[in-house]
Amino acid sequence: MDLKEIIPQKLKANFPSVEFEVSDYKDELTIKFDKKNVVEICRFLKNDSELQFLLCSDVTAVDWATRKNRFTVVYNIFSLKHSFRLRLKADVDESDCSIDSVTSVWRASNFQERETYDMYGIKFNNHPDLRRMYMPEEFEYHPLRKEFPLMGIPGSIPLPKK
Amino acid sequence: MNQLDDEIHPKILDALLQSRNDYTIEDALENEMILNMGPQHPATHGVLRLLLRLDGERIIGCVPELGYLHRGYEKMAENMSYYEFIPHTDRLDYISPMANNVAWVLAVEKLAGIEAPKRAQYIRMMIAELARIASHLVAVGAFAMDVGALTVFLWTLREREKILDIWDILCGARFTNSYTRIGGVANDAQPEALAKAKWFIDQFEPYLAEVEQLLNTNRIFIERVDGVGAISKEDAIDLGFSGPNLRACGVEFDLRRNAPYLCYNEIDFRIPTYTEGDCLARYFLRLDECRESAKIVRQVLEKMPQGPVLADMPKKVLPQKDEVYTKMEELIHDFMIVNFGINPPVGEIYHAIEGSKGELGFYFVSKGEGHPWKCKIRSPSFNNIQALPKLVIGHLISDVVAIIGSIDPIMGEADK
Repeated sequence: MDLKEIIPQKLKANFPSVEFEVSDYKDELTIKFDKKNVVEICRFLKNDSELQFLLCSDVTAVDWATRKNRFTVVYNIFSLKHSFRLRLKADVDESDCSIDSVTSVWRASNFQERETYDMYGIKFNNHPDLRRMYMPEEFEYHPLRKEFPLMGIPGSIPLPKK
Repeated sequence: MNQLDDEIHPKILDALLQSRNDYTIEDALENEMILNMGPQHPATHGVLRLLLRLDGERIIGCVPELGYLHRGYEKMAENMSYYEFIPHTDRLDYISPMANNVAWVLAVEKLAGIEAPKRAQYIRMMIAELARIASHLVAVGAFAMDVGALTVFLWTLREREKILDIWDILCGARFTNSYTRIGGVANDAQPEALAKAKWFIDQFEPYLAEVEQLLNTNRIFIERVDGVGAISKEDAIDLGFSGPNLRACGVEFDLRRNAPYLCYNEIDFRIPTYTEGDCLARYFLRLDECRESAKIVRQVLEKMPQGPVLADMPKKVLPQKDEVYTKMEELIHDFMIVNFGINPPVGEIYHAIEGSKGELGFYFVSKGEGHPWKCKIRSPSFNNIQALPKLVIGHLISDVVAIIGSIDPIMGEADK
């Protein structure tokens, strides 16, 4: 049986109370679910002996600007056993701009979540070291949010002390 | 220490002091100091800044600080068309710009549903592999220079210079190439360029053997890197290593084999792996990969078919310049593509290639407009640097230099 059918089936069997939204576009499987289940689902996908999604390639977010659930956090994971790439998604609203960190599942997500926090301002709960990745610590804005202007905000980055 | 407190941001200091370390000796606290390495340190390969917590000369904590070369390329990509961004990909991993060009256009082609003609795909394979050789030559040379073997750097850079000559013939630029186009390449590969590539491959292997001889018989070099910065297979996967660094730990993961793109299916090549996972294994692996890449280039040159190098999709692919000047239809298409972009359908894709440092991927979210709604660059160097604290803890300061050299981070890519 195809992995594209096995993975949703397994998830539905193991998490009966969670709603999964499965889509397949250009041969890439995407599974969307509620943000409160993210850690359990990731841990299941990693530890399941048949699937073994050991490699966390990437964590990022998408800012939809005008939508109700403004952000979507995107996880890009890879199974070395099957050479299969899977995308996980969870919506995050601006009013409660946080999601549980998956650093306890993949240590690789540490930097990736820090980068997402820096760029979008999404807080990752239980992250061991949630600091800004690129911008200085004093910087108040999150540059990849759509309301941040392309030219930057003059004076927002303090000049170094003499 | 007090003076440092003023200069280091308190949050960074906290991270450093709380960093987990498995290495403890009694009364370590009395001998502790904090050392700032970089961002202007010659051995950090650009602007990587490391804060090291030392016990005597031994490292018990390390916090990498990134962002000194952050130019906001993801933000810029959201505000320019897919074509306009091609020159910016040169500035990501500036040691192998050709490979970045290939990665970008392959991702856009997947999103827009374009397929490049066979000859263009073969040319792309050739330039991607030559770029890998160039990048590994710099990596090996700089690594050897960092641990004191200066001559090798001159030798490997001389070889790289010949690859830059090939770029010069191909597209007129030696360093920031921007040679690929969506749907193909900018111009057909000239017979001189192909002949030069063939000549380069033929004379390359004896030179590589010389380099290897020079280093492998150098006892100082071997002893400085053997067993230094070792990492296990499990840790390497968990910490997000990819590319040569991961293969040096014994994981046979190569996107050319695991998720084939271009025409790598038609090429016969081996994926070298080592099991030690230390600096020496990473150095051996890069040399082996150079040989495999040379093998691939040789096959590509033999098999390269004749034909067009730009896809015949006038609404999505920029026409050649001479056609724009002489034909009305092409002029209109050129105007539309340049001004409004190629408008790929609504959707999201991720496409990655095996870059010279590891998995180089682009994630696009398209809303059907001329510019991407979101563009995420999955850069290998960024993820490789993450494992640095794990690698350096327990070693001496002088080993840090060797370890950074061996994982070969390029800050242009890590900082985007």
